[in-house]
Amino acid sequence: MQRIGVFVCWCGNNIAATVDVERVSEILSHEYGVVYSTNYQFMCSENGQQLIKTAIKEHNLTGIVVCSCSPRMHEATFRKTAEAAGLNPYMVEIANIREHCSWIHKDREEATAKAVILGRTAIAKLLLNTPLTAGEVGVTKRALVIGGGIAGIQTALDIAEAGYEVDIVEQRATIGGRMAQLDKTFPTLDCSACILTPKMVDCAQSEKIDILAYSEVEEVKGFVGNFTVKIRRKARYVDETKCTGCGACMNACPSKKGLNEFNMNLNTRPAIYIPFAQAIPNVAVIDPEQCLKLKTGKCGLCQRKCEVGAIDYTMQDTFIERNYGAIVVATGFRISDLKYFNEYGYADNKDVITSLELERLMNAAGPTGGTLLRPSDKKHPKVITFIQCVGSRDISGCGKPYCSKICCMYTAKHAMLIREKYPDTEVHVFYIDIRTPGKNYDEFYRRAVEQYGVDYIKGMVGKVYANGDKLMVQGSDLLNNEQITIESDLVVLAAAIEPEPSVRRIATMLSASIDTNNFLTEAHAKLRPVESPTAGVYLSGMCQGPKDIPETVSQASACAAKVIGLLAKDKLKSNPCVSHSDEMMCNGCGTCANVCPYGAITYIDKEFRLGGGKTETRRVASVNEAVCQGCGACTVACPSGAMDLKGFANKQIMAEVESICKR
Amino acid sequence: MQELENLMIKKAVELLDGGVVDRVIGWKKGEFYYDNTPATFYKKEELNDFVYNGFCGANLSKYLVAESKKGGKVLVFLKPCDTYSFNQLLTEKRIDRDKVYTVGIECRGHLNIESIRARGIEGVVGLEEKGDEVTVKTLYGDAKLKRGEVMLEKCLSCKTKKFAHNACDETIVLHEMPEEDPNKRFSMVIELEKMTPDERFAFWKSQLSKCIRCNACRNVCPACTCFKCVFDNPDSGIAAKANDDRFEEKLFHIIRSFHVAGRCTDCGECSRVCPQNIPLHLLNRKYIKDINELYGEYQAGAEAGSRAPLVDFREEDINPGENLKEGK
Repeated sequence: MQRIGVFVCWCGNNIAATVDVERVSEILSHEYGVVYSTNYQFMCSENGQQLIKTAIKEHNLTGIVVCSCSPRMHEATFRKTAEAAGLNPYMVEIANIREHCSWIHKDREEATAKAVILGRTAIAKLLLNTPLTAGEVGVTKRALVIGGGIAGIQTALDIAEAGYEVDIVEQRATIGGRMAQLDKTFPTLDCSACILTPKMVDCAQSEKIDILAYSEVEEVKGFVGNFTVKIRRKARYVDETKCTGCGACMNACPSKKGLNEFNMNLNTRPAIYIPFAQAIPNVAVIDPEQCLKLKTGKCGLCQRKCEVGAIDYTMQDTFIERNYGAIVVATGFRISDLKYFNEYGYADNKDVITSLELERLMNAAGPTGGTLLRPSDKKHPKVITFIQCVGSRDISGCGKPYCSKICCMYTAKHAMLIREKYPDTEVHVFYIDIRTPGKNYDEFYRRAVEQYGVDYIKGMVGKVYANGDKLMVQGSDLLNNEQITIESDLVVLAAAIEPEPSVRRIATMLSASIDTNNFLTEAHAKLRPVESPTAGVYLSGMCQGPKDIPETVSQASACAAKVIGLLAKDKLKSNPCVSHSDEMMCNGCGTCANVCPYGAITYIDKEFRLGGGKTETRRVASVNEAVCQGCGACTVACPSGAMDLKGFANKQIMAEVESICKR
Repeated sequence: MQELENLMIKKAVELLDGGVVDRVIGWKKGEFYYDNTPATFYKKEELNDFVYNGFCGANLSKYLVAESKKGGKVLVFLKPCDTYSFNQLLTEKRIDRDKVYTVGIECRGHLNIESIRARGIEGVVGLEEKGDEVTVKTLYGDAKLKRGEVMLEKCLSCKTKKFAHNACDETIVLHEMPEEDPNKRFSMVIELEKMTPDERFAFWKSQLSKCIRCNACRNVCPACTCFKCVFDNPDSGIAAKANDDRFEEKLFHIIRSFHVAGRCTDCGECSRVCPQNIPLHLLNRKYIKDINELYGEYQAGAEAGSRAPLVDFREEDINPGENLKEGK
């Protein structure tokens, strides 16, 4: 018979203001199996934990129920407390009477009654708990970084600096990401490429970093410390080990119609190309959609021009499989689709552009060589109107409900740079609010207004339409309470940013959770911002939420610190709450292996005695406890009930349900 | 029909004599003419009792679970609908395929003695079948009937007369079998869906309270092949729930139908054997219809080894509640 102790926490006023903690501990003291029940102001404090330890010893408790906050918050704390007092850490149950009760109820009577039910439920489960012992598993001392933008680059460099091997998998032909496309960076206005490319070179030169560009993650198996990842190396049609990046092929290529993605499709490039001058790896790639040789079989000019014989038109996608201890998602962002924003005329007018397109139009390596010319007639625009929050902070359902965070600053940057370079240009900016928190950020924006005379108009734009070679921007000026129309030569839209769409597939493979906006969810919004709720999976950069370069780099380094912390361990404690099969009941039907997301279940032929000297060989499920993550999918799918989860047995769950339902 | 039966016996003799198989699973004459029962034949002399006529509705595939554990090889005759159960059992690794020789046989739909009796026809002693014309011979004279008037429910709502993929080593088909519309079987499910929750509850209460817990539905079901059924296992925590006395058999049948959901091939055996005539197949068919609508058309057992929608996650799978949003 168990001797259970119940500890009801006030959490200061967080619980005690809504729940009568005194009554909860009194009522629960009469529950079956409970021999001790008390309440205390802060159970997680040093004193609170001491109280638990003392009670365990004095009352010979065999298990404890802590009625407190979410187990995600302090389950680990109280397990350690119990362990320190000589109790098995898995004889601890948490009744969440804060998030599930006091925080969401106003009525004290109702909340108290619910807290009692939640406490009873935890007691009912604890009565069926058995002590569990965690095993140990090794750690593969190598990390995978998915995405080779500034976030991935910084994380990889920091991990490599600590002496661990890192692979960067990048879906494009070069690392560098979005930052490589930017012209200048706020708030210091230094050249983006000048600060990024040395880091790219560092990656290429590091002995610890292996750059797998033009590659995609195909399949992920395993668990923290022991992931096995299948990577697709897309056919480049150019041998990476031979190509010297001389560019002779690009000059030879007769096909020049491919749109240049690096320049946001503002100009064209040959079918064989190096994305940009500082690309890493500095290796050409063939666009199979444009290559005449691949499409028609006739051409082969680049192959003839290539002095090192790097070009191979027969190249196929290949797959490699590698083991990793940790996986970092750094898949970044893209500019969201503007198809729902016809009012801004983006699709109809060449001179309505996004701010990322403007970056390329102002960049010395861009399609105009750094001279700001409008796309339609290559003339200098004299009046430029910026529109902020295009698709951001939009609750109509057409755009994104969130603030894209970077637009206020880059719009101020663009406005300032244009006024600096072309002082005869008139610059207007439509805004809802200006949001410039950050070191030297507001000062930066003030400079745009005060020093550079940029005309900021508070209000939204209703319509942009062409009038001859002009663009009429119709909007409201809320501060002057009037409708205005600005005759502009160029309109720049600060379009909302959104996570790179491939992140959905990657999140599914990693069983990492994703929010309604496709941003990856962190394990704890405040206290574990760079970890995903899936152990061993970490988040770096924009894939977790909108952020600018300084913030991305800080997060990338924080992420690396977490990865290093994991890789530095020789052994990890495995989760003992794993599934197991009752061989006497298992039918070997294969359903559990079908639903197992970790590949933890295999089947073995086992001989069973039937009595009377007879035996029978049956196929039964066998769980690899090191691989099982305790998700419980198999226990639900198993038709005979042979599969069960330690620590969360079907019986325990049913006992909890019954406890909630009974009056 | 006689011709088909003769060919089947001939095939059985040939395979027994040739040593290909050492026993045969088929149907044996029962005490009454309409009482044909599944049986195992070990010698060719025993095949005198072998029968195949309109009263052989029983699905033989489940018998292979036990038979294929024994030594030697067994011949089994499978009607088109039985081949789906056979494939599903292969998928679930319940049958050792190497130990079974399968012969697919023609089927025009099997007869329901209850429906014949309901027409006042008693003392059945013989049957003459010519396509859809059925002559029932009785002690009191002959009665001419249309087959469609007296078929088993599972045959009236036949989903297909095509043999499941790769299920048969060979087939005996004398006449072309008709094309069936797999969706016609959902008509009663649609009726139930149209009811208000209260009406539906009343319908099921009136039906399920007839249950006498004889377990025939479970015992005959080819999807129910667990070594230890949850209802027989006091540790499962389910046995007690199935016996909930407020509405006794409600939970038994609901739990049972959920246990076979996604695996049920809609062979209709549960309803055929129910001594209380409870339309149990309607529960299963509701799940089949839902699976078709939510995950795309799926027929359990159509192909051995195929993965089933309920235990197979795909990225494009519908998210929980999404179907409700669209007002489905």
